[in-house]
Amino acid sequence: MNPANYVMLSALLFSIGAIGVLVRRNAIIVFMSVELMLNAANLAFVAFARMNGNLDGQVVAFFVMVVAAAEVVVGLAIIVTIFRTRRSASIDEPNLLKY
Amino acid sequence: MTEIIPAEGIFGLLWVLIALPAVGALILLFGGRRTNSWGPYLGVLTVVGSAILGVLMLLAMMEQPAEQRTVVQNVYDWVFVGSFQASFALQLDQLSMVFVLLITIVGALIHIYSLGYMSHDPDRRKFFGYLNLFVAAMLILVLANNYLLLYVGWEGVGLASYLLIGFWQQKPTAAAAAKKAFIINRVGDVGLSLAIMLIFVTFGSITFQDVFGQASEASEGTLTAIGLLLLLAAAGKSAQFPLQAWLLDAMEGPTPVSALIHAATMVTAGVYLIARSNAIYDAAAWAATAVVVVGLITIFMGAIIGSAKDDIKKSLAGSTMSQIGYMVFAAGLGPIGYVFAIFHLLTHGVFKAGLFLGAGSVMHGMNDNVNMRRYGALKGVMVITFITFMAGYLAIIGIPPFSGFWSKDEIIHAAFERNWVIGAAAILAAGITGFYMTRMIAMTFFGKKRWEDDAHPHESPAVMTIPLIILAIGSTFLGMALLFWGNIEEWLEPVVGYESVPTPLPTSFYIGVTLVVVIIGAIIGWVMYARKEVPVEAPRGNVLTRAARQDLYGDAVNDVLIVQPTYRTADVLTTFDTKAVDGFVNWTGTFVGDLARRLRRSQSGFARSYALSMVGGALIVALALILVRL
Amino acid sequence: MNGGAVGTGEAIVFWVSGTLAVIGALGMVISRKAVHSALFIALTMVNLAVLYVANSAPFLGMVQIIVYTGAVMMLFLFVLMVVGVDSSDSLIETIKGQRVAAFLLGIGFSILLVAGIGSGLMETTSTGLDAANAAQGGNVEGLAALMFGPYLIAFEVTAALLITAAMGAMILTHRERWMPKRTQRELSQVRFASGEHPGQLPPPGVYARHNAVDTPALLPDGSTSDLSVPEPLRVREDVRDIDQAEIDEVRQLSGGSASTEGEDR
Repeated sequence: MNPANYVMLSALLFSIGAIGVLVRRNAIIVFMSVELMLNAANLAFVAFARMNGNLDGQVVAFFVMVVAAAEVVVGLAIIVTIFRTRRSASIDEPNLLKY
Repeated sequence: MTEIIPAEGIFGLLWVLIALPAVGALILLFGGRRTNSWGPYLGVLTVVGSAILGVLMLLAMMEQPAEQRTVVQNVYDWVFVGSFQASFALQLDQLSMVFVLLITIVGALIHIYSLGYMSHDPDRRKFFGYLNLFVAAMLILVLANNYLLLYVGWEGVGLASYLLIGFWQQKPTAAAAAKKAFIINRVGDVGLSLAIMLIFVTFGSITFQDVFGQASEASEGTLTAIGLLLLLAAAGKSAQFPLQAWLLDAMEGPTPVSALIHAATMVTAGVYLIARSNAIYDAAAWAATAVVVVGLITIFMGAIIGSAKDDIKKSLAGSTMSQIGYMVFAAGLGPIGYVFAIFHLLTHGVFKAGLFLGAGSVMHGMNDNVNMRRYGALKGVMVITFITFMAGYLAIIGIPPFSGFWSKDEIIHAAFERNWVIGAAAILAAGITGFYMTRMIAMTFFGKKRWEDDAHPHESPAVMTIPLIILAIGSTFLGMALLFWGNIEEWLEPVVGYESVPTPLPTSFYIGVTLVVVIIGAIIGWVMYARKEVPVEAPRGNVLTRAARQDLYGDAVNDVLIVQPTYRTADVLTTFDTKAVDGFVNWTGTFVGDLARRLRRSQSGFARSYALSMVGGALIVALALILVRL
Repeated sequence: MNGGAVGTGEAIVFWVSGTLAVIGALGMVISRKAVHSALFIALTMVNLAVLYVANSAPFLGMVQIIVYTGAVMMLFLFVLMVVGVDSSDSLIETIKGQRVAAFLLGIGFSILLVAGIGSGLMETTSTGLDAANAAQGGNVEGLAALMFGPYLIAFEVTAALLITAAMGAMILTHRERWMPKRTQRELSQVRFASGEHPGQLPPPGVYARHNAVDTPALLPDGSTSDLSVPEPLRVREDVRDIDQAEIDEVRQLSGGSASTEGEDR
């Protein structure tokens, strides 16, 4: 088996995450799909680190995790705030940018 | 050949002739209401001053030998562009001398007359300003030594004519008549400008001396073209066929205007142009023939129209058209006729001005009513007007020894020198002249009173009757004076050339036949209009009368040939502009709007749609990256 | 764990964990209830941690489980609690063409990536991390050497980022009090003025034999009071029946005192 399979798995997970963002209406589930995409990227980094033989890929994956955590914190805080005012967690609801 | 003598002595004041009325016009027109009280008198004085100067110059010229009577004074170097040179230079020779005298003396008399005629008009200062402007422009026209300066004067008199015809601009008919005159004149002006261009191309210069000196060297075709173009210009200015339609409408202007501009001076500018360009017409036989034909047609047109009009001024306008036709006709005959064309022009200027001013006097007494069917038996009431009018009448129909007899009979004699057919036609037209002029005096001064209830006819004040008397004296004696004492043929011969061709029958024969025909015409007119009752309502009349009342359908022809097609073209172009051009421009606007409306729908406000487009974009970028590496 | 090439053990781990990860991802996207989605993605993350370990990244695998699954996903679940556990999306799509376009684009994207990767990486050899891990004496030490070496600035910046994120969350969710807090007096005034039952609800089990939450209290006439049972149990009809024999026994024991048969009252 080829180590490149890991990267293909990563691509597949990424696409599933992308479809999740586009298809689901609940804001939290959309956010979770974004997390899935980040995880897929992490997997790709780790696989490349293994293939190239240096640890830089893992360091970057680590940083990606940190940033994803920070992003989740702020993003969920926003969702909670919006939910408090609008009483709805659908991302189709705020469509004020409509023409 | 004639020598040109420098402008010394009294001739040094040549430019003052023009400057006086020009300055008068400037002061009166730009001075405004401040000049209202003394303005009219200033206007009179400037023209009188020019007249006195003109007489002095005549006396000086008469002392010069005949070959040395041409004075050229260069006032200002005007246009010098490459090889095209035109100076503001004045040429005073025998031809322009007689014109100067006509313009200034008759002009002065009419200015004095206007003091009385326009005394009640609130705008009379402007009137005198425009009259002065006219005199200045006309003097430029006759004193120019090159075609371009002549054109300046030509345009200037056209402008003055427009301003004066439309003087009572609050009357829509007057404004329309002014426009009509100007526009028809413009058609003629095109002829003149094309002629000037052609002259420059052919001869390399537009100064009279140069052009006429080389006239015989150009090809006959070119000269014929130039001659026809000049004829077009003359026809426009002198109201000859086919550009005659404006003269009758021009009677909307005040009567002094009709007298000065549309009888004595401006309408004779065309004859001046032809006479001045005699070298060209002598070398282009076809052009000269065209001139004769145009003149002949107009003689009859004017006479027929004048016979049927009930408006006294319009009848006199028809008569003017006819008499100028005589002049043009004579000018077209060549060296045998130029002198007599000018001779008739001078006598006509005097007696026609007198007739118009007399008509003005009659109108003044009849509350400005122009309808001759409302006149009648005025000879006892307005005696001076009646006597002076009769002097003009006898002059115009050509009864000896009045002035018109001498000039018109010379023209008829010259006609017979060329061709007996045109001579006979000229005699017939003289008979019609006798008819319509007799009709006019019969309806106006004789017969029974047909006055309206509020008419109190009275004689005009002295300021109006004195010019009438002076002009009547001129109508009586000027012909004999010019012919016998002034030797008009000898006087003009150095400029226009003079020949005399023997006719098959002696001169007295033609004179006799003419007199008989004229008297027959007069008797017919008398019987129809003095013996019989003149109905107050115009009767229907036969087909010729009705046609004559419609100006021989001149207006209708112009309308069909020119006015309606112009309107159609304007309509088409307007439609094209609004539909096609505007439509296209508006379409680009609506197109952009439509496109924007369609594209706008992509802004749905849904985050997921935007995310979809992002994924699509990422797909395209990834595809591009991968394809590049393949 | 391994060097460059993939051994059979690792292959098996890959196929199992990989499949489970994909199933988790699909489950997350497809589930109706949000909580199910959260649990599915937790499954995916754990499987990814296994794959990290299989790729000679043990530290990262543990961090994945502890931080990502343990903290981040739990954070998601807390927010789901605030937002509403019951809230379920209807799976009907409101934007026209969105679902079709999404599927097409997603599948197209995956095909593109897989094909690209496949064509690019098929012939490469993989070096493996044995040497790198051994260089500093272990995976953690190796990562530490990199992190506090060339990537020091990035490290410090991400630290600042975390602090900023925590502060941001606090600020965003802070609720400003517009009016002074209502005192107890005001609250009780409101309660009495509303006309509904002002007092406390009867506690359950006012009946000496049982004081369980699902046992209703007895009213003076012998009937049970449903108000004493908490509503979720009431809704689920989880209310315990009362045994009359026990009531009679108690009455007997008390020597026929004031409590009479409830049916007459």
